[in-house]
Amino acid sequence: MKLPDKTTTIEAAIARIKDGDSVMVGGFGVPGTPMTLIRALVDHGARDLTLIKNDANEPDMGIDHLLQSGQVTRLITTHLGLNAHAIALMNAGKLDVEFNAQGILAERIRAGGAGLGAVLSDIGIGTELAQGKQVVDLAGKPHLVETALRADVALIHAERADTFGNLAYTGTAQNFNPLMAMAADCVIAEVETLLPLGALTAGEVQTVGVFVDHVAELETLSEEYAVVQR
Amino acid sequence: MSSAKDRMIARAAREIAPGMVVNLGIGLPTKVVDHLPAGFPVCLHTENGLTGIGPTLPPERADRNLIDAGGAYVSTVPGSAFFDSATSFAMVRSGRLDLTMLGAFEVAANGDLANWKIPGKFSPGVGGGIELAQKARRVVVLSTHTDRAGNPKLKAECALPLTAHRCVARIFTDMAVIDITPQGFALREIAQGRTLHEVAQATGAPLILPDAPPPTF
Repeated sequence: MKLPDKTTTIEAAIARIKDGDSVMVGGFGVPGTPMTLIRALVDHGARDLTLIKNDANEPDMGIDHLLQSGQVTRLITTHLGLNAHAIALMNAGKLDVEFNAQGILAERIRAGGAGLGAVLSDIGIGTELAQGKQVVDLAGKPHLVETALRADVALIHAERADTFGNLAYTGTAQNFNPLMAMAADCVIAEVETLLPLGALTAGEVQTVGVFVDHVAELETLSEEYAVVQR
Repeated sequence: MSSAKDRMIARAAREIAPGMVVNLGIGLPTKVVDHLPAGFPVCLHTENGLTGIGPTLPPERADRNLIDAGGAYVSTVPGSAFFDSATSFAMVRSGRLDLTMLGAFEVAANGDLANWKIPGKFSPGVGGGIELAQKARRVVVLSTHTDRAGNPKLKAECALPLTAHRCVARIFTDMAVIDITPQGFALREIAQGRTLHEVAQATGAPLILPDAPPPTF
């Protein structure tokens, strides 16, 4: 037996994205942000997208390209503090932004990837973030129903992969990637190094290839992946 | 940085006890680490996925895949671990953080904290702030005593949207160390060169003063 080969090109993988799709994007700041897949999505031109990403990167970086090109209608996120351009779009009413507590966004995605309908938590009770959410009583304490999140597509960045789509990450580049890689109908991973089957040992695998649909090796790492000079 | 602010940060560093797991919030709190003695036994957590934060590195020595939650390039120490965002906040929500130090726009006399939104002016999103404020075992605030216009940040009640209710235990400012008690703000220590009257005047709610002259920092 041999595990199936899921390798493809960046462009062929991105071509599957349609107008109106919801798209999860890994990354927290630069680490783990799939810069090349994002650029390809700009070139592809799909519009009216809902993006789900921890942060909006910084101006002229990462998903800011998709915000600038006007392809994004809605953004589900936790923090935009490093991207004044995203905040300006939101304040001008040109971008619909839904803020989540960071760990709650992670849990909603994890629940979506785990086949659950929601998680219950007391985070944010009595604050603006609780508004509009269903409250259930659990052992005498109120909990918010935090509904599971899934997406049509997830864009993932991993350090290493094999041809089956088993993934391994490095440093603080894990963040939302392993969670999002389980929570979309079509999971596309860009990888810095593509290895033959067996070269990524079973114990090193952090995202199991079963969750991953397409793997594309990066030919080069653009400047966007580099250390940010501030 | 003014010497009063520097002494505030140095004083806050003494709040960290050996063996603690600590999350230092973005901004002033991250500077606390510079005041810890070399080899001090502490585990620093950053919510983007690292326990065991080592020294901050200049760009030429930085690893592009190794940042803290504020985007600063950091390093690891022997025993560091990387993890995903769900694991990171599992630590926070389940009470594994002994201490978090956060910035503040306003702190109320009952410990309510507002530090994420100024409606119409500043609303970048709360990030991990709610979970840190609500679930760390001890929450202390590191902040200037007044805002840039000179208005008190310590108030009877918060006017701004809350981050979490009744979460703050202690406040380190450039003027004083103040505890939240059942009776309200209580002064514990005072900055060198400040008078009790000055601190009380700059505080927007009743301030309980000690009977004896308080220690200075």
